Order: sequence, then structure tokens, then C-alpha cells
Amino acid sequence: MRLELREVSRSFPGVAALDRLSLTVEAGRIGCLLGPSGSGKSTALRCIAGFERPDAGEVLAGGERLSGAGAWVSPERRRIGMVFQDFALFPHLDALANVAFGLRDLDRGARRRRAQELLDLVGLSAEAGRYPHELSGGQQQRVALARALAPRPRLVLLDEPFSNLDADVRTDLAQAVRKALRAEGATALLVTHDQREAFAIADEIGVLRGGRLEQWDVPWKLYHSPRTRFVADFVGEGTFIPGTVVGPGRVATELGVIEGQLTRDQPPGTLVDLLLRPDDVIHDDVSELRAEVVERAFRGAEFRYTLRLPSGATALSFVPSHHDHAIGERIGIRLDAQHLVGFPRGWDAGRE
Amino acid sequence: MNAQSPPRAGPTVAAILVALPMLAVLAAIVHGATGADPALWAHLTEHVLARVVANTAALVVGVVVIAVALGTSLAWLTAACEFPGRGFFAWALYLPMAVPAYVLAFVAVATLDYAGAVPTAMRAWFGADLAVPPIRSTVGLIAVLGFASYPYVYLMARGAFLTHGARVLEAAQSLGYGPWAGLVRVAIPLARPWLAGGAALVAMETLADFGAVSVFNYDTFTTAIYKAWYGLFSVETALALALLLLGFVAITMAAEQLARGRGRHTAADSGTRAPVRLALSGPRGWLASAFAAAVFAAGFLLPGIALARWALEVAPVDLDARYVTYILRTLSLAAMAALACLALALVLGYANRLSKGFATHAAARIATLGYAVPGTVLAVGVVTVLGGLDGAFRTLAGGEGLWLQGTVLALLLGYVARFLAVAYGPVLGGFARIRPSLEEAARSLGLAPREILARLHLPLLGAGVGTALLLVFVDVMKEMPITLMTRPFGWDTLAVRVFEMTAEGEWQRAALPALAIVVAGLLPVALLTWRMERAARAA
Repeated sequence: MRLELREVSRSFPGVAALDRLSLTVEAGRIGCLLGPSGSGKSTALRCIAGFERPDAGEVLAGGERLSGAGAWVSPERRRIGMVFQDFALFPHLDALANVAFGLRDLDRGARRRRAQELLDLVGLSAEAGRYPHELSGGQQQRVALARALAPRPRLVLLDEPFSNLDADVRTDLAQAVRKALRAEGATALLVTHDQREAFAIADEIGVLRGGRLEQWDVPWKLYHSPRTRFVADFVGEGTFIPGTVVGPGRVATELGVIEGQLTRDQPPGTLVDLLLRPDDVIHDDVSELRAEVVERAFRGAEFRYTLRLPSGATALSFVPSHHDHAIGERIGIRLDAQHLVGFPRGWDAGRE
Repeated sequence: MNAQSPPRAGPTVAAILVALPMLAVLAAIVHGATGADPALWAHLTEHVLARVVANTAALVVGVVVIAVALGTSLAWLTAACEFPGRGFFAWALYLPMAVPAYVLAFVAVATLDYAGAVPTAMRAWFGADLAVPPIRSTVGLIAVLGFASYPYVYLMARGAFLTHGARVLEAAQSLGYGPWAGLVRVAIPLARPWLAGGAALVAMETLADFGAVSVFNYDTFTTAIYKAWYGLFSVETALALALLLLGFVAITMAAEQLARGRGRHTAADSGTRAPVRLALSGPRGWLASAFAAAVFAAGFLLPGIALARWALEVAPVDLDARYVTYILRTLSLAAMAALACLALALVLGYANRLSKGFATHAAARIATLGYAVPGTVLAVGVVTVLGGLDGAFRTLAGGEGLWLQGTVLALLLGYVARFLAVAYGPVLGGFARIRPSLEEAARSLGLAPREILARLHLPLLGAGVGTALLLVFVDVMKEMPITLMTRPFGWDTLAVRVFEMTAEGEWQRAALPALAIVVAGLLPVALLTWRMERAARAA
């Protein structure tokens, strides 16, 4: 069901954990709050689940007011499922009993069938009789998801669901989680500090910083059309070089005039800091433009070179790994940017 | 603007209700004692106090010294050294914990007094004019209490040496200290908080001891309180002495805080590998074995054999229908007290989990203060409180009756006041191991807080609940002064039977109930030992 937050605030002594947070996740969609630690994303989740009381603002699920304007629905009556960071499986119950724990209004047979159905969905049919300590981290995670989904909650919340898992199982698991949420038609909200997790699961992502929402958008736009410098920095990699808008979709820089589509409405003459993504900077041996390699990181299929431009500004570039250049070498580059993201010069931190 | 949050007073109110009896008892003692007649205080200071204070102080100091010396040295030997029989002694040296001090005391008097078996045999061997030092002396009593209470120090010190010993000693060795210099310079200073804790426990137990000092006819605060109560029938005197004894307890607690230094108990590091023990070879090894064997024999084996022999001798005559009553009374009292303590400990533990406020925390501290308060003091306080309530009832309802005094309720109140802390410890430990996210998970799955207690906490607390029940059960079985002073008329338990038989010098007839108490006491010791050794193996 549709989740809506209206101007939700929550502060702890000395810190405003949430500052007038508003967002909407439509029914059946998977949303994500992305932000560094301390950005308030877990507080947001706990306010929605009912483990924290917002100081102000409203939380609505499927049109019902859960908190705010004098209303308060206690966590056990919200019908909001939650997958905890530490999974929080009940150690005295096996996997099946864990999944069946929240199925209170069904008779025994129906409870069992529903629990088994969910274990099938997450691919753990064979592990039904195992206890949590007999399961791997990834399996525990999937039991936790099945348990949260079993009572057909209005909404599923996932709190850093992959942070306790090894890197190599994360991607597979993220796909499995997305599939399970889709199969149940669940509305979900995930919080994480890892953009790859966010990209792998979510339909829409909000970037949180200091308890405020910087941008709420689909992943592609978050990367290619960040609304603030913070979002540009936090999502993906990149550097800024100074430039001047000289016409529609044209920005003059030390690397020449770059053409593309300006994501902001900026009249000619505006001094900007232009965002350069590593995939905008292409290595080209025949190019006139030269930049000095100051750092290199081998990443298997590619190198990530840190380059010093003639003016001293820095750029990043992903280069196929057969182009092996030493530090200090000057290599040819050209720019291939479609989206030009320029922030007004000197316009700091960036809030509108 | 937190207007939408209803106040969460429930947990705090519950915790304060649990603490109320203890508060009432303490208030009654302070009120009664400070309200006492000045003439009475003058009499007390003139005739009683000097002797009682000197006796108690000498006893506490002597017992603590012996218990710390025995406990620390044995703990070091079994934790950090290797000698013949070490594996056996490591757990066998816990067993004397099952023998209450008053049992060890009467066995010692019966066998070592002038007419006892040992001196008689020695005179037959060495000649009739052999002078055997009398057991019924301050030194004799100190020795008995020292052997009865060293396991507390042994337990704490061994825990400290096992968790820190090997690793820290290796660090000391790498810095040029030999193993013995390492013990003195590193291991003992490191174990100081634990040693202080063990010594404080011993001091508390000695201050609280009633049975052993009665057997030795040695006047301390506890016997003075008892005599004031029964001999002089002076409630004020008893209350005044009780208040002074509480002062001694407070001094002991303060001394523990000082003796800890700035060190704190820190959690044992997991993942330390098995310690490399210092091998004591040849004569040194056998000397260590002999030392451990002597303590084990004196504290457990020989008293056990003596008890068993006497019990077998008197059983054909003594063991009749009355014993069924003693045993049933003892077991039912112990069971009731254990359940009551557990229920209150659960309320207190859950309240402290729900509310982190100061009032709840303070209530828990007060409610569990009883373990430091000697049984005689609690008994006097309980009877005073209930007497006051009875008086109020009489004023309201008329008549002459005693509704509360001398009922099972009074007895249970005393037990709960004294042993709530014993149940609270394991329950609190159990709660601490339940991650908060489990509760949140249960709530997000639709369970209200009161359902969570039944469906989540109780099953998860399992082991802690069992431990709490067992510890209180056995402590109540052994308990002597509260039972003696507040029981309903004719309610004799095994411990009361021991007291009555030893008061008449009928040592052998005291052996039967004493043996039953010791056997029951072995259960928690076995459990504790098993857990300690398992933890040590896991480390």
C-alpha cells in the first residue's frame, strides 16, 4: 500500500535526526533511502515502523494515519513488516516457525502452508527445519525476509539488509530480494549506505543528508542529473572543473567547449563547476588534450586513473585495462558527456 | 511537542512495588532503632557492644585473610599450573560450596573437640597428656569459616586467571618476568577487582553467619540480635543491633569499592587460546597436589564422610514420619520462595528493559539489596513491619488476632527480601542476551508487549529461569535465621532441625538433616562448575 511521510521530524538531544522529511512510495513500488551513517535513514525507518515517535509530521500507510495529528498506532498494530540489520531471527524457533510467528489469525494448517510458501519463494524449502544458528548469513537474511512478508504486511521495511553479509553474496541476494518483493506485490522501503544495493533493488531512491532529503528520483536520474553537489558526490564518482555557460547546452572549459544537455536552466555567462563522471572522460591516444596520470587503481577489467589536467584540476577516467600507463605519464583524453551538470560557482554544499 | 506519547509509567510503578517490602523493612529498622530509649543504648554500649564489635571484627578479618589466601593460591595452581590431579581438583575444590558453614562447624566441633574422635585417637596414640589445641576458640571458628567460604574467592580468582592469566603472563614473560614474578607483578594486580569482589562476598557471609557462630557459642551481631529477640524479648535492642550490623555491611561494601581500585570487571576476551600451563615437576608438583588434597579433604571429603556415617547410625532410630514433614515443609517453602523470587525478578527485569529511567533502576537496586543484609536483620525488620500492619488491622477490624505475623506469608516475605537478588542475577543476564531487535521483530509481527514476555522472553530466558529457581531453592533450604525467627509455630524445616540438634550438642542426630541439605546443595555447585569449565574449555 501507498506510504506517505509528511514533514516528519525527530530530534535526539543535540541532533536533528530527521528534518521535515516528506516522501511517497506508491503501492507495489520499492523505495530506498540512501545516505551516509548518521544521515537519519534508520530513524526514518523506525518512525515508520513505530519504534520511534516523530516529534512532528505525519506517517500514512494506505491512507490510514499511523502517527501525527494526535493519532498513534502502536507497532504491533501497523501491519508493517521489517527485516532487521542483524536479521533478529528467534533463536529458539526453526526457520519454518520463525516465518509462521506472525501468522496469528490462521489455523495451524493454513499457517504452515503460508510459511512453507514463503520459504519456497526465497528458495529455502529444504531448510525449513533448521535453526537460525544452522543457517548461513544469506539464508538467515532470506528467512528474515520471508518472516516479514508472511503476514501480508501493508509495507515491508528493510534496514541495511545486506550489511552483515559477504560482498560476493550481496548482488545475488539483492536480486533474490527484489524478486520476492515483486512476487508478493509488496510495497517496500529499504535503507542503506551502499549505492550498489540501492541501484540493484530500488525503483526510486532518496538521498538523505543530515536528516533532510536532498533528492528523490529514479536511480538513473540520480546519477546523471543530481540536484545537489552532495548527491553528485555521494552517488557515483566524479570531480568538478570550472566552466562558463556560453550557450544552450554549451559550456566552455579548459578542455574546450563541451556540448550536451544542461540539466539546469542556466543563462549564458553563468560561471559553473561542471561535474565530470569517470565515464565522461575517455582515453584516446590521438587526442590533442593531454593529462598526467597521478594515481592508478587496477580494477580487473579496467583501470581507474586519476588525472591532472593542465590547469591543475583533477579528473577521473575508467580505461580498459590493456591501456597500462605509468604514474607521471601524460595520456590523451577526450570528453563525451551527454548530460552537463553544472553547479553555480562558489555555491557551496548546495541546498535549494 | 511529544503530546501523542502516552506516559509509560507502568514499568516504573511495577518496579517500585517490588522494591516496597525491602524499603519498608529498612525503614522499620532505622525508625525502630533510632526511636529506641536512650537508656537502652547506654546499656547496650556498656555491656554488649564492645565484645560483639570486637568479636565480629576479628572474625571478619580472620576469615577474609584465610579465604583469600586459600582461594587465590588454589585458583592460581589450578588455572595456571600443571601438577598431578590438577584436572580433578579444578572442579572438586568448588564442592565445599555445597556445605553450609554451620554444618562444617558442628562437624568440626564434634570431631575435634576434647571428647571428639580425633583428639581421643591422638591421645591414645601419643599419650594422655597430649595437649591438643581447642577447636572451640576464635582461631578454630575462623579456620572453619575460612574453609567454608574460600570457594567464593576461588571462583572469582579462577575466573580472572583463566580469562586473563595465560595471555598476560606471556606478555610479562616477553618483557623478562618469570612466571612467579608475573603472578605477583601482573596476574594478581590484574585480578584485583575479582579478588576484592570475592573477599567482599566472604565478609558479607561472615557478617551474616548465624549458624556456625551459634555452634561455637561465639557472640557476634547475629547471635546478639537473636538473643535480644528471644532472650530479652526486647524488640528495640534487636533493632538497634540490626542497624549497627547494617553499618558494618555498608562499611564492607565501601571497602570493596576501594579495594577494587580503578579496575573494573571487564568481559572475558573470547578466542584466547588454551593457556600453556606452568609445569610443576617432581616434589613441587606433589606439594601442590598435597595442598589441594588437604583443602578438599578438610572442606568436603572428611565432613561428608562423617555426616554419612552418623546419618547411617541414627537413621534407623530417627528417620520416622516427622522427617517426611520436615522434608515436605522444607521443599514446599523452598519451592514457593523460588517461584515468588523468580516472578518478582522477571517483573523487575522486564520493567528495567522497558524503562531505562532512574526510578526503575533505583527500585531494582533497592529490591535486590537483601543479599547484603544478614538474615537476622531482615527477620527483625519483617516482623516489625508485619507487627505494625497487624496493629493497624486490629484498630480497623477490632479483635486480638495476628493476621500476618507468624504466618507463611511472613516467612516468604523474609526469603524474598533476602534472595531476590539471587534470582535477579541470572534473569538479568538472560534479558541482556536477548537483542532488542528481537522484541522489535516480534512487535512488527503483531505482538503486544505483554505477549512478547510469554512468547519470546520466557522461552529465551529458559536457562536463566532454571538457574534462578535452583539457586533460590537451595539457598532457602540452607537458610537458618529467617526461618528460625519468622516461621509459623511448629513449622520445622531441615535447617531448623540442624539448629535444634546442635544447640543440644546432639551432633550425630544433626547429621541426617545436614546431609540432606548438603546433597541438595551439590546441585547448583555441579551446574556452576560445569558451566565454568565449559566456558574455560571454550576460551
